[in-house]
Amino acid sequence: MKPDSSIWRFANPARFMRATDRLVVVLWILAAMLVIPGLAWGLLLTPPDQVQGTAVKIMFVHVPSALVAINAWLMMLVASIIWMVRRHHVSALAARAAARAGMAMTAVAILTGAIWGKPTWGAWWVWDPRLTSFLILFVCYAGYLALCHASGNRERTADLAAYLCVAGSVFALLSRYSVVFWSQGLHQGASLSLDRETHIHNVYYLPLLVCMAGFVILFLAQLLEGTRTEIRKNQLSALLARSPGA
Amino acid sequence: MKTVFIRDFRLFFRARGGPALPLVFYLAISLLIPVGIGPDIDTHSLVASGVLWSGALLASLISLQRLFADDMDDGTLERLLVSPLPLELYAAAKTAIHWLLTGLPLCLAAPLIGLMLNLSPDSGLAILVTLLVGTPAISAIGVFGAALTSGLGPGGLLSSVLVVPLCIPTLIFGSVAASHLSEGGAALVPLALLGAISLACLALNPIASAMVLRINLR
Repeated sequence: MKPDSSIWRFANPARFMRATDRLVVVLWILAAMLVIPGLAWGLLLTPPDQVQGTAVKIMFVHVPSALVAINAWLMMLVASIIWMVRRHHVSALAARAAARAGMAMTAVAILTGAIWGKPTWGAWWVWDPRLTSFLILFVCYAGYLALCHASGNRERTADLAAYLCVAGSVFALLSRYSVVFWSQGLHQGASLSLDRETHIHNVYYLPLLVCMAGFVILFLAQLLEGTRTEIRKNQLSALLARSPGA
Repeated sequence: MKTVFIRDFRLFFRARGGPALPLVFYLAISLLIPVGIGPDIDTHSLVASGVLWSGALLASLISLQRLFADDMDDGTLERLLVSPLPLELYAAAKTAIHWLLTGLPLCLAAPLIGLMLNLSPDSGLAILVTLLVGTPAISAIGVFGAALTSGLGPGGLLSSVLVVPLCIPTLIFGSVAASHLSEGGAALVPLALLGAISLACLALNPIASAMVLRINLR
């Protein structure tokens, strides 16, 4: 593999900053171009559902944020392993940025779910396997970020956080399946998948796809922006440590 | 290994109230919840097994807060790092001590506290069995959490926040197994899964804890 084409090239923060300088702006614009029309299409131009009425429209925020909430953890796990194995410095910072974005998305998914649950199930919250595992996911993100902010030594914190992420992934997966054991669900199963013939009606499906694409790009933009902020923070603390007045 | 074990055993007894402190904490939790929900006996027997399980979990976690901190502060851990004893065995000894002096007493106390919560002796026995199978996992996960935060100075709450989500599968299988055992359901599956979690945690914990201890000692 040529060094130019690999991710190891971007282990150098300065090079990463140069490469993503324009990219992050493009991603923000692209995210806005997908999320705003997608939500407008979904919220304003779709007919109300036969059973759920207009309450169904919260789907256009709920489903994409839940999608990103789970995949952000996966992203965090991969970034943590890359850091543990090869000391890829930007990767450690990306894991932290992914955790922050993922935690926000988890909160959005839980809140929109509660707002959706009240008219359709008659309760803000039920102890359903999916809801419970999202709550566990939220607590896991919170613990991870608490550890990230706990100590002054940057490299050691990144190491500890990476180990916590790996251990947490094992237990999060275990929780995901053990809550099924513990309670029967009220939440419907997955209504979308790539390999299935029947979907929800195209009237909902197409704007939902736009929203999902938009949220994924939005996450990528948040991820790069967050990583860049972390790099800038490190540069700033290095500058402060070097300057005699500090 | 043996020396570390005996030394820690003695230290645990001499310092901080020894094994009595988690027990008192357990009793305090089991006092708080009935007081909070009111004196209705039927409600108590409904929530009893949940209270006993989560109370045991909390009492084990509270006692973990300074598990490694003393050894970290006085330099014992740095000595151990250069000694021929692998840190893995040290972590295993710590886990064994923690379970023997915290987990085991909590298990034995649970049926007695259960009597206060209007739990039938049969259900109390079910709680005892499931706690005996499940508490090693809690000790192992807790030791990992304590090792993770050992270098971060005072901030004992952090390790509890990190460890609680990791304990959820244990709690789920424990409480399901307890309710199945006392109601005559198929308890073997959750009990076997609970045992599997305990054994896996006991096997992997020394390695994982030693890794994070080394990072904290760097």
